[in-house]
Order: sequence, then structure tokens, then C-alpha cells
Amino acid sequence: MVENGIGASLARKEDVRFLTGKGNYTDDINRPGQTYAYLVRSPHAHATINSVDIAAAKTAPGVVGVFVGQDLLDDAVGGLICGASVTGKGGEVNKVPPRNVLTMDKARFVGDPIVVVIAETLAQAKDGAEMVAIDYTELPSTVSTSGADADGAPLLHEECPNNVALDWELGDKAAVDAAFASAAKTAEVELVNNRMVTNAMEPRAAVGEYNSGTDETTLYLTSQNPHVHRLVMSAFMNIAPEHKFRVVAPDVGGGFGSKIFTYNEEAICAWAAKKINRPVKWTSDRSEGFLSDAHGRDHVTKAEMAMDADGKFIGMRVTSQANMGAYLQVFSISIPTLFHGFLLAGQYTTPAIYLEMRCVMTNTAPVDAARGAGRPEATYLLERLVDVAAGVMGLDPAEIRRRNFIKADQMPYQTPVVQCYDSGDYDASLDKALANADYDGFSARQAEAKGRGKLRGIGLSSYIEACGVAPSAAVGSLGVGVGLWESAQVRFNPTGNVTVFTGTHSHGQGHETAFAQLVTERLGVPVENIDVVHGDTAKGQFGMGTYGSRSLAVGGIAIANACDKIVAKGKKIAAHTLEAAEDDIEFAEGSFTVAGTDKTMSIGEVAFTAYVPHNYPEGVEPGLDEIAFFDPLNFSFPAGAHVCEVEIDPDTGTLEIVKYTAVDDFGTLINPMIVEGQVHGGLAHGIGQALLEGCVYDDDSGQLVSGSFMDYCMPRADNLPSFDVDYAPTVPAHNSLGVKGCGEAGAIAAPPAVINAIVNALGIKHLDMPATPEVVWRAAQAAS
Amino acid sequence: MYDFNFQSASSIDDAAAKLSAAEDGTVMAGGQTLIPVLKQRLASPSDVISLAGAGLSGITNNGDSVTIGATTTHAEVAASSDVPAVLRSVAEGIGDAQVRNRGTIGGSIANNDPAADYPAAALGLGATITTNQRDIAADDFFTGLFETALNDGEIIKSVTFPNAAKAAYAKFPNPASRYALVGVFVAQAADGVRVAVTGATDCAHRGPRLEAALSGNWSADALDGITIPADHINADIHGSAEYRAHLVVVMAKRAVAAAG
Repeated sequence: MVENGIGASLARKEDVRFLTGKGNYTDDINRPGQTYAYLVRSPHAHATINSVDIAAAKTAPGVVGVFVGQDLLDDAVGGLICGASVTGKGGEVNKVPPRNVLTMDKARFVGDPIVVVIAETLAQAKDGAEMVAIDYTELPSTVSTSGADADGAPLLHEECPNNVALDWELGDKAAVDAAFASAAKTAEVELVNNRMVTNAMEPRAAVGEYNSGTDETTLYLTSQNPHVHRLVMSAFMNIAPEHKFRVVAPDVGGGFGSKIFTYNEEAICAWAAKKINRPVKWTSDRSEGFLSDAHGRDHVTKAEMAMDADGKFIGMRVTSQANMGAYLQVFSISIPTLFHGFLLAGQYTTPAIYLEMRCVMTNTAPVDAARGAGRPEATYLLERLVDVAAGVMGLDPAEIRRRNFIKADQMPYQTPVVQCYDSGDYDASLDKALANADYDGFSARQAEAKGRGKLRGIGLSSYIEACGVAPSAAVGSLGVGVGLWESAQVRFNPTGNVTVFTGTHSHGQGHETAFAQLVTERLGVPVENIDVVHGDTAKGQFGMGTYGSRSLAVGGIAIANACDKIVAKGKKIAAHTLEAAEDDIEFAEGSFTVAGTDKTMSIGEVAFTAYVPHNYPEGVEPGLDEIAFFDPLNFSFPAGAHVCEVEIDPDTGTLEIVKYTAVDDFGTLINPMIVEGQVHGGLAHGIGQALLEGCVYDDDSGQLVSGSFMDYCMPRADNLPSFDVDYAPTVPAHNSLGVKGCGEAGAIAAPPAVINAIVNALGIKHLDMPATPEVVWRAAQAAS
Repeated sequence: MYDFNFQSASSIDDAAAKLSAAEDGTVMAGGQTLIPVLKQRLASPSDVISLAGAGLSGITNNGDSVTIGATTTHAEVAASSDVPAVLRSVAEGIGDAQVRNRGTIGGSIANNDPAADYPAAALGLGATITTNQRDIAADDFFTGLFETALNDGEIIKSVTFPNAAKAAYAKFPNPASRYALVGVFVAQAADGVRVAVTGATDCAHRGPRLEAALSGNWSADALDGITIPADHINADIHGSAEYRAHLVVVMAKRAVAAAG
């Protein structure tokens, strides 16, 4: 048994620097001669830009450069890209409205950047920005997810008639229609999946620097995937060729999806640094972040279920509209389609599923992947619909789930919506969750609460997600513009310690610890002698980054495979040194041993021999440094059952989550403490969506009403209970480490569990998120 | 923020002198509202005159009332054994620890935010606001949205709260900002029952209907059936006028119950 290997709740190695103020975030980086950029953004949701006068700003004190969109075009800098082409109805691929780095013709949302002012200080840049004169003609705007495609709605882009970027469908419409025609009973629910602002603790930031001596551009930025940032800015935006372009994502304080994408400000810092030949820094303030970070979710949906007389699901129909915001971002069009639609079977055997999804453009910030990305939307509608269906059938919500679960012995299970699940035991996780939550004792607790004037409710959520994104060929065939493999390099230094380069990026996930534990497990090197390096294109090989709960499920296998290569080479070296046949060498816990003897050699000795090859096997290269690229054959499918119990004060609508029980199947846990932390964070995210977080644009003006923490409510510790977290693992068929991914589960599972509990407490069919006190109070009033 | 002259006042008179000498000056107590406004470039005073060194901090209790110096922080009030429990609880419920460690009672009352807690306490207890010019009864002080009876150049020196036989404050916090969505302060004061409501309208105000009901019967039940019309009640994304009007009565009942 290797110490601190797989399964050890080792304290996080990175926390020493984070907890002692030694973290190095992008805004901590200051380069000699640095200047500061400030963006002039549209105050209007929709307006023609008649003229932009930057003359006065150019002469303002301290201003060193003022640039507009044409300046970037003159340098052949390309616009921001949409990285997916999704084929919709009639074989029509999604429209891609062009987006310049600085918008030129018209502003399409409040916060759309138009001018950048660069000055010696941030205050001077802001002063200069106030001297920029832009003449606008305001246009009517639309911010409505359901109304953007209505007749007469203001048009954002000529390229998207009726503001529709894509009409997409999935599944067998005829089979679903037939199921409904033959159904004994049907259930339906109309719901809104509320828009969220991700609000990573660290706002976005970038520092661009250009070295005229080497013609190299360096960009420090808040990124979940620095190699992909470099690729996009190099291949599509012409910022700099890849080999002359270093992109560094140092310590990053949370991403949750919002730091996947290439943003205007990042391109500006990299480009302008060369233009003015001085470093350029931009750091978002929180208000700017609200306006300009990619938002998440924002669907309006009708979901229907057809059932036979026993409550077996025989068909499901979903009609939905997704708000893409003003422009399509890197992943955005793939989220409400591929990442949403492919999860609609959930944990159930529903044989026929049909989804119609319309993606619309509105005068709001772009919407893209946010923790869960499509899967929370799918899970929410499905798990709400299942509860409504239970009501229609007069069945307990647990019972209707059991009747429809895919059974463990049916794995692998091909769903009617593309995904083929490789593992899972949904009955097991539900049974455990119900036991841990004392589901059977609920009615007594409900009665006791009633005596105190409180309404108590309990809600379930049986969720599944597709993580470990993703098999390159599969996503490629669906229109995603990249491969989603991952890479690792395991380098022994001559003294026997190890540097691991991963193509993933840690921005809160604890990779430096968990990956070191994985290497310890495989190579037997003590965990303190292993360093994990990530986030710098100048250090280590290309990698695809961190999102979609992929880092361990895909990147971890690359590390493990690189370790296997190390061991394979080590065997050759050990065999030569120990004068044995290579086949007789066994490796365990850091030692190469000749089978059946006490002749042994530590992996450190092998490493030293590899770098000082005085006595060395013929034909073997010196050095002990192996690289592995891994492309998964399937997604991974974490799943589980969550139970939420709430107590409502009907006089005010105030709600307390009195118990939250999570039972998840993440397969093997590398570091259970980190996993539990990820579950807690995900639950806070999901409960935040369910109860607190609502991004609101004013219907008339298009202004962002919830533009600060004064109005946008993030979850705080006192909003949350002490979580009961447990596991019911199964073994995935497609993952050699047995891992599945855990970072998004809570955000996916929690919203329906919470809303199902509220609906149960109030005895109503549905209420929309966020279930604020007033929303709950009104529902309670209507129900009583 | 824009550039300004920063001045430190050594006394309230010095502050008033500096203020009158400034082109477009403002005084700063704890700065918990002013600093964010400056950072957002929403104000551009020529001079910011700090009261931190003006000797206006401190708490004295003479047995009949407690007088709290204008620059006494919320945290100091919350922790003081010289302060009645009801006022300590008001201070304890303001903002977060950072705000409570910097924000002051004088600043809060002078700012008169429509959702601030201290104005309700001042009205509810019938406090007297002492300035460098005069004494002003709380009933006359809060005049409108961020408006008070303070004249130009007038600076709060202290606030005196008379003892009340019974008093309590019930606050329904805005989930995001934790300001009062609605807060109701009730008291059996020397001059009778007082009820003050914050968060619901332009600024904190007395609740005559609630006072009348409680004057004859000091109990939560006395407020049964009272409805507050939703006209003139604030509405925003956190609460409609109807909901806030409803909460006024609920919070009043809870305050009475808590006061005992």
C-alpha cells in the first residue's frame, strides 16, 4: 500500500500558498513599463454607433493609446470565434454572427466594448475613457428568451433572421407522437431555467507583453485552458504565431466555465502590447464582470411525458428555447444542443425522446458553458417532469423513479439520445440516499413542523451527467471544432524527484494534490517529491484544459499512461543493471525487483542510471521522461441521488434547507476530501440557482438590473445546511482509473431536488427558480 | 475615483470650517457608502473631510438614555454593555463584519438610505440627533429619499436614545444586500407606543396604524387584520410593493412578540 496514494484524504499541497497570501494571480503580475487598459462599453442594450471621437482622449494626460475596432482590423486581427458548428433542422448549420474584438457598427448589449483606452495608470485610462465621445442612435432591444423570435422583435444580426441562430431537433418525433397517442396518462410542465452570472471569486484579468528582441508575445490571463486560448488567438485571430506566443494562466481563482472562452479584453492586451511596445494590463472590476463575463443557463422550456398505465415512461417531448445572448461564443451553440439534449434520458428507460431546441440571440451578455453546461438544464426539466408525472400517477416520487430506472444489469445502455452509458446503479444510489435522508421518517417530521406553523417538504433528484469530455471523433462528428483528448508528461529529474506536466488547468480543483497522489500510487515516489505543473504554454505540452469534469477522467489517464511508460522503460534499465531478463522484472511501490529474488533497484536509482548511463542497456535512450496523450472512447457518466428537505415559513416565504443528502457515483475517489469539497461547492452553486441567483435584464431598457452583489444574490454559508455526502460507486467500463468526475455534480443535481422539495411542501405543481421568499410566499398564498 | 483633497478634521468645529472653506466638500465618517460611490465615479467632491480624528466616537449612558457619538462604529455599539440590547441587536445586524467595523451611526443616519436600520431605531425610540448647530428630534430628521433635515454645513455630533420600557427590531433582510427589505422597530417609549418602518418607502417613517393598534393592546394579535396599502411602497426585483406591505405587518408582529 503506497502512502498518500489513491484514496488518501491528503491536505491540499496548493493550500499553503493560497492560505498564506503567496498565490500568484494574474492581477498580481506586474511587468516593467506596464500600462493599463480600460474599455469604453456601450451603455445601451442596442444602438447604432454613428461616430466615435477619440481625439480628445488621445491627448488626455497619461494616455498612451486609444484604439477602436478598425485599428485591430487594420492589423488583420480576426474576430472572436464560435468553436462549434451544430447542424439543425433541414441540415442547416447554426448561423454565426460575426463579432469584432471592438464592436463597430452597433452595440448589441449593455457592456459591449467599443473603445480601449490605454494609459500610464488605471485612473488616467478611466479619465481618458470619459473623453471618448460616441454618438449612438438607440434601437429597440429584446432581452427575452421566449420573445426574441417573435414577429417584430428587434433584430440583432442580419445573419440571424428572427434572431434565430439555430433550430435544432433531436430524437424520433414520430415515435414520440405515437407514444403520446397511446399513453394512458401524460404529464407536462413549463419551466424557466434562470440565467446565472458565474461570478468566480477572481475577476477576469490579462497582462500582455511583447519582446521586440525575440518577437515573442506573452499573455498572462485568467484561463481554464491556456493552450486553447493560444490556439484560438493564433489560428483565428492572428494575434501571434503559436511558436512566438506564450500564454500563461497562473493561479486562477475559480472558473466554472466562464474562463474557458477567449474574450475581447484578452485579445486586446496581447495585441496592444505589441502595438505600443509596452505591457498592457486589464483587470475586470466586479461590475464589468457582471456585464461582460459569459453568463449561464437561460432556457424556457415545455416538457411532457407520456406514460403507460403503470407509470412507465413511454415517450418524452421537450420544446425549448435557449438564450444565446448577443453573440455566439466558443462553446455556446453546443451547450443547449449537444450537452443538453444528449442527457435527456437521465436515469430512465424512456424509449422515445424528442427535443426541439431553438437558440435565439438577444441584447444580453453572451451565454456559454457554466458549471454543468446543458446538463443542469436537462436534469432540471427531467427531474421536475418526473415529479409532476408522479403526481399524475399518484405514485411516490421514489417509486416512479424506480419503475423507470435503467437497471444495473442493463449496462451498457444505449439511450435514444446518442449517449451510451457504460456503468451505473441508480437503484443503489437512490436506496442509499433515501436511507441516509430518513425518507421514511419524513411524514413524522412534516407533522411536527406543521405544529410549529412551518411547511416541510422533501424532494428527490436522480441525476446523470456526461463528463470526461470527450471522445474527439464523437465531438468532431457533431461539429465541435477541437479534439478533446488530454496530455501528460512525467519527468524524472536525475535526483529522483518528479515533475508532472498536465495539459489540464487547476483553478480550485486541487490537481496539484490529486495528480501527485495518482503518480505516487503508480510510481511509488513520495508525494512531496512530485510537483504538478500546469497553466503555461512554455512549460509542457499542448493540452485541452479543464472543464466538463474532464481533468481526472481524461487528463488523469494521460498521467497514468505516462507513468506506465516510465515503468516500462524502467524495467529495461533495471533488467540490465540487475542482470536479469526484462520479463522477470516486477515493479511495485517504487521498486524494480527480479521476480523471486531479493535483487531490487529503486525507481530513483533507475532514474539516476537513466541520466548517468555508464552501464546501460543497448538501444535504450537515456533519460526518464515520458509523454502520453489520451483520447477517451466514451464520456464518463457520474450519477447519483440527492434528497433535499426544506422548511418554509408561510408568513414570509423564507425557506430553510434543513437537510441535504447527496449520494453520488463518481467511481474511484483519488482524494475523498477534495471530492467532498467539490460536491459542497457544486451544491452551493445549484442551491444558489434554485433559491437565490437570478440574472435580470430590464425588459424595456435592456439594462442589467442585477449588476452587483447588492442585487445579485450569491449563496453564503448561512444559506446552506451541513451537507450529508456519501457515495455509491460503480466501475466505469471505459476508464482505466475507474474515475468519473465530480466537479459539476452538485450544480446539476441540486436545483431539481430543492424545487421538488418546495413544491412538495406547498402541495403545488411547480414554481420557477429562483425560489425567492416572495416567489415562495406567493405560491404559499395561492396554495392555501 | 476622481482626485480630491483629503483633509482630516481635529474637531467637529474644524470639520465644519473645512467644509465651508471647500469648494464642494463632503464629510466622511466610516465611508461605507461614500467610498463605493467615489470608486464608481458617481461623485466628485473637491474635498473629503474625515471625521475619524474629530473626537466624535464614544458611548455614554446616564441611566435614562444612551448617547452614541457620531463616529462610533456599528461593531462598537454591538459590543457595548452601555447600550440597550435592542440597539446592540440593530447594530449587530447591519451589513457584514467589515461594514460594522468601519460604518458609523452618524454616517448611517446622515445618509438616510431607504433600507438602513438605524433610522428605524432612531424613530422607534424617539431619538434626538445632536449636531454642531442644534438638537433635532428623529421625528423631524428623516425627510425623504437620502434626504434629512441637516442644513448645509451641519454635521451630526451624536445620537441620544431614551430608554424604552420594551423595544425590539425585526428585520427581513434583502437576501443579496442584507439591507432591510423591510424592518420594523417597535417600542413602548416614554411618549407612548412607537412603530418605525424602514425599507418599505422613501425613508424610515412612523407607522400610525400599527401604533394605534398596539397602543390599546401590546400584542402581536392586535395587528391581526391590519393591511398596509401598497401605494407608495418600494418595489424592486427583490420584493414587490404588495409583498413588502405584507412584510411590514409580519415584521411588526414579530417585533412585538420579541419585545415581550
